[in-house]
Amino acid sequence: MASMRDIKRRRGSIQSTQQITKAMKLVSTVKLQRARSNAEKTKSYFDCMYETVGSILARVGHIENPYLTARTSKQKAVVVITSNRGLAGGYNSNIIKLITRHESWEKEEVSVYAIGGKGRDALARNGYTIAEDLSDIVEEPVYADAMHLSARLLEEYRRGKLGEIYLAYTFFRNTVTQEPRLVRLLPVEPAAESPDRGMAPMNFEMSDEDALELIIPKYVASMIYGALMESVASENGARMQAMDNATSNAEEMIGDLTLMYNRARQSSITQELTEIIAGAEAIS
Amino acid sequence: MAKGKDFTLRIITPERVFYEGTVDMVEFNTTEGEIGVLPGHIPMTVIIMPGVLTIHEPEGEKWAALHSGFAEILPEGVTVLAEVVEWPNEINRTRAEAAMQRARERLDKKESGTDIARAETALRRAMARIEALK
Repeated sequence: MASMRDIKRRRGSIQSTQQITKAMKLVSTVKLQRARSNAEKTKSYFDCMYETVGSILARVGHIENPYLTARTSKQKAVVVITSNRGLAGGYNSNIIKLITRHESWEKEEVSVYAIGGKGRDALARNGYTIAEDLSDIVEEPVYADAMHLSARLLEEYRRGKLGEIYLAYTFFRNTVTQEPRLVRLLPVEPAAESPDRGMAPMNFEMSDEDALELIIPKYVASMIYGALMESVASENGARMQAMDNATSNAEEMIGDLTLMYNRARQSSITQELTEIIAGAEAIS
Repeated sequence: MAKGKDFTLRIITPERVFYEGTVDMVEFNTTEGEIGVLPGHIPMTVIIMPGVLTIHEPEGEKWAALHSGFAEILPEGVTVLAEVVEWPNEINRTRAEAAMQRARERLDKKESGTDIARAETALRRAMARIEALK
């Protein structure tokens, strides 16, 4: 049985760990509230964009456009949104698994546009090519960042260097559930559940091709931006949960150790007493 | 043709819902020129060019500087997905004027390295801002 001093020391160290996890939980709770209200403000734009582009595509039907039809290049760009800091439960590893465990992707075909240091490091370790590292923007995403990234991606896409563009992010369902998701940005997937409202043919003032040429970059930028906001909210949600679990685990361990400590103390008292009594008996 | 004489206008930016309300008419600038949209319009998608956005509410008019994005026009309402849009009180007049000056100069000089398209957009933006302040 461990000595009283060992148990006491162990309990002390767990207590200070608990204080840290508790503080981290409080911090991420506050951050989560802010990130969530930001994500909610963005969501209407994000959803509206998705719906509008979907309905436009459904209305124009199938037209020959590089943004809609598959390309010859097998190269895939994946925008991977993770966090810069750890201790967020499965948040980062879930996203990384989406890519490393993808059945049909070859490492050589994937170039990673990393937003978030954790994802960048893990994927580089796994032998993926990091085309670009934009880890700074995850701290405080602004729309301009998403616009620049989408402009660069589209440039490569138009030149035929990229065949497909994917986006890996964490969807924020609520505080306790976050879902890692992998969506294809380009070529645009024809909406499976096309919104059945009216379905009057959509008219453009200009030709369909020109209109799509202008709308698609905005669509890509807003999808990236929306994903960023969702991911930041998810990161804080995941961290809050992880730290909450850690705090309650520490609580449990402290309880067990206190019990052990008290037992050890009691047994040492009993032992001392027995020794004294035995000694006294021997003298008398 | 139109049932009602007003329709819903929604202007959404990535950061916020800029405007949401019932309006009589809305005017803005597109790639094909300035347009005014009344209720019961045929479905149409237009690309926005920098210009003044005029919202005709039953109680009066409102202005804003609308720079980029696109609008989906449906008979029952208009949804503007704007990347950049500002109310007049959010515009810095001196900055807008300085930007206009700069863009003009760049266009006048026509140096080989100038990005004409960019300068033109900057000029249009500055002009829209100043126009919205009037």
